[in-house]
Amino acid sequence: MALDNNPALDTHEFRLVGTRPNRPDGIDKVTGRARYGADISAPGMLTGMVLRSRHAHARIKSIDISAAEAIPGVHAVITRKDFTHVPEDGDIADILDNCMAGEKALYDGHAVAAVAASSSATAQEALKAIIVDYEVLPNVTDVDTAIREGAPILHAGRSDGTVPEGASRNIMSRVEFGHGDVEAGLAKADRVVERSFKTEATHQGYIEPHACLAQMGQDGQADLWCCTQGHYMVRNTCAALLGMDQGQLRVTASEIGGGFGGKTTVFLEPLALVLSRKSSRPVKMVMSRAEVLRATGPTASSSMDVRIGMTKDGRITGAHAELRYQGGAYPGSPVQLGAMAGFAPYDLENVKTVGWDIVTNRPKQAAYRAPGAPMAAFGVESVIDELARGFGLDPIEVRLKNAAREGTRSSYGPTYPAIGLEATLQAAKDHPHWSAPLGKNQGRGVACGFWFNFGGDTCVSLNITPDGTATVTEGNPDIGGSRAAMSMMAAEELGIPYEKVRTVITDTGSLGQNEVTDGSRVTFAVGLATIKAARAAKKEMCKRVAKIWGIDEDAVEWREGAVHPAGPNAGLHPPMTLAEIAAVASNTGGPIAGHHEVTAEGAGVSFATHMVDSEVDADTGAVKIVRYTVFQDAGKAVHPDYVEGQLQGGAVQGIGWALNEEYIYGEDGILQNPGFLDYRVPVASDLPMIDTVILEIPNPGHPYGVRGVGETSIVPPLAAVANSVSAAANVRLTDIPMSPPKVLAKIRETV
Amino acid sequence: MVQVKIWGSLAVATDDQTLLEVEASTLRELLDGLADRYPAIEPHLKRGVSVAIDGRIYNDNWFQPIFPDSEVVLLSRLRGG
Repeated sequence: MALDNNPALDTHEFRLVGTRPNRPDGIDKVTGRARYGADISAPGMLTGMVLRSRHAHARIKSIDISAAEAIPGVHAVITRKDFTHVPEDGDIADILDNCMAGEKALYDGHAVAAVAASSSATAQEALKAIIVDYEVLPNVTDVDTAIREGAPILHAGRSDGTVPEGASRNIMSRVEFGHGDVEAGLAKADRVVERSFKTEATHQGYIEPHACLAQMGQDGQADLWCCTQGHYMVRNTCAALLGMDQGQLRVTASEIGGGFGGKTTVFLEPLALVLSRKSSRPVKMVMSRAEVLRATGPTASSSMDVRIGMTKDGRITGAHAELRYQGGAYPGSPVQLGAMAGFAPYDLENVKTVGWDIVTNRPKQAAYRAPGAPMAAFGVESVIDELARGFGLDPIEVRLKNAAREGTRSSYGPTYPAIGLEATLQAAKDHPHWSAPLGKNQGRGVACGFWFNFGGDTCVSLNITPDGTATVTEGNPDIGGSRAAMSMMAAEELGIPYEKVRTVITDTGSLGQNEVTDGSRVTFAVGLATIKAARAAKKEMCKRVAKIWGIDEDAVEWREGAVHPAGPNAGLHPPMTLAEIAAVASNTGGPIAGHHEVTAEGAGVSFATHMVDSEVDADTGAVKIVRYTVFQDAGKAVHPDYVEGQLQGGAVQGIGWALNEEYIYGEDGILQNPGFLDYRVPVASDLPMIDTVILEIPNPGHPYGVRGVGETSIVPPLAAVANSVSAAANVRLTDIPMSPPKVLAKIRETV
Repeated sequence: MVQVKIWGSLAVATDDQTLLEVEASTLRELLDGLADRYPAIEPHLKRGVSVAIDGRIYNDNWFQPIFPDSEVVLLSRLRGG
């Protein structure tokens, strides 16, 4: 039997991969038929709501729930005391404390109690009847203030062994990457630029708020429906928080209205389960937008010092960055990933990055698309740009001169295999955008970005139906078009039309462990498993046909959607198509399926270059983006529409981060702008068409050369926009967001 | 013997040693060898680490081959969003 099971790159001409068929979820989503988290209901369902702290930092002396419990229609009131299981794992313990405060409320919006009632009005009445006795403590929300002497301390004794003695107790850990001798390298430079930068926290800004429905019986079995990037993660985390067996909790993911990393943890789900357990009724919980902004994970805010030396011909001789990220009230800011990613695009002999993980009275940060990398890239790419412009050098040429390539020892340790950074820079240099004339008060900026990409645990089952169609069953919520991509890859392998394959996302009871839809992993890892599952089904179909023909399995081969005799010695048998084989499956051994379980490795790192033109109004400081082009190595683009969408989406979120979006806290530590009116994300009318150039440099770790594309595109925009605005305004912008008052102040500072 | 570079905050668990030699032909042997010599690294290994072998990053596959001349870099667990 001749069957291509070789995991190496399949270079044959694709029939479907690379085309742009209609998305299978399109009609459901535009007609309102798709069921999101808040659309799930159950008979006898109660409404769950959360009481949240209005203090940024307060000791909880007592909580009196008796009046709330006495209200007719209130079925359950819970506090931290109802979480009787004490998790051993420190990370899980932090998630529990974030979901429901223990000894202290650590930020504005921190959950302190929750209720389940027969209506939302009754639930709100019950929340008002809960009496919490707080001892209000001093708060700190700024990353630099948090490490100054005398700052309020959130947790004493939680710093790990990496933090030097005598350092602030709000520092949780210190990381360091690099090689060479930075000071010696800087001494060789013709010029050294040192700048300090700040970035504010931004929310992932997904359209759909968190929502779930929990049903838990007294027998310990439970079902949960929720909006999440990973229902297996929800199952495992909730089981750990509640001390349950994972197998007793079945989680089903709804359609998802965006996540961008923010739905890779739990918030409401454990509360809904405990409320359901206590009330013996299904409990539905839906966050308001204000709750989403006050209590779910934004990304970290940061403060950075970057120092880079360069010769006058554009060679970087030494580079140093010190990054301070606050990740909210618990350890775990993405400073380590920022420290690894900042200088990763460059081939540097002398480089060092130090990162500090700091806690403040803000919500616990959650992952946000390439967590930690955009801020570090902002600092690094801004200083490279300033040096290049100071020497009168072309910023793309300078980046090409210093670009990492195959064999470069990366700033975070490993030596790169073949990578695509130079290709993105060359494409940018050759693009008409680079030589297009600029208008009055306009400037052009470029920046590069790097991201790792991941693989991870993945299960796929592919079933051949009796009528010769196929169903792909997988376990990763579809955020970026993965159902279309899986159907395309399965159809490509099976030799049947795209429309003959349906991909469904199943519940946690139906497949083995699947990692979260994150790390740009799904098209790569689930795609790999889908291809392998299809190949397993083809192998079975070859076996069946060999049996029918009465010849050896080795004497048949799969070609163009059918089994053929492998050569003249196999006999003159007419080919059997997939549909013909499926029709007689009951007569040849039973249903036909293929499945594949894998911990996918070999995702392959990714690089991008962004180019942006902006126009600055010198009277108001307002910035308008007038042109934007993304150049990114995508490996093989399975469905180019979706790849373009990822590149455009990352750029747009980066523009919002660079220009508008920020968490604004008062001195009392209360969030001042918990709504989309005052927390302003870019809308279509703010933006030009984001142009994309997809470079298809195959990833050798995937049968079709696929590489993750979802995250890299948010890494360069902060820096690219800053470089563009700095050129347009003729000042160096170092504080993000570059809102009109800040830009205006900077312009006035320099005149 | 395989040379292993320890990067980032993990070196605190290896007495600040950043370059180690371990007898290993697979990822599992590498991780077991490290845990034997430096018990303080075991909690990190249990929570998950990432290992770059010849420039490619691996997270979990115990049986990933490692050759004597492989470049091996031990990193804290990488995650995405």
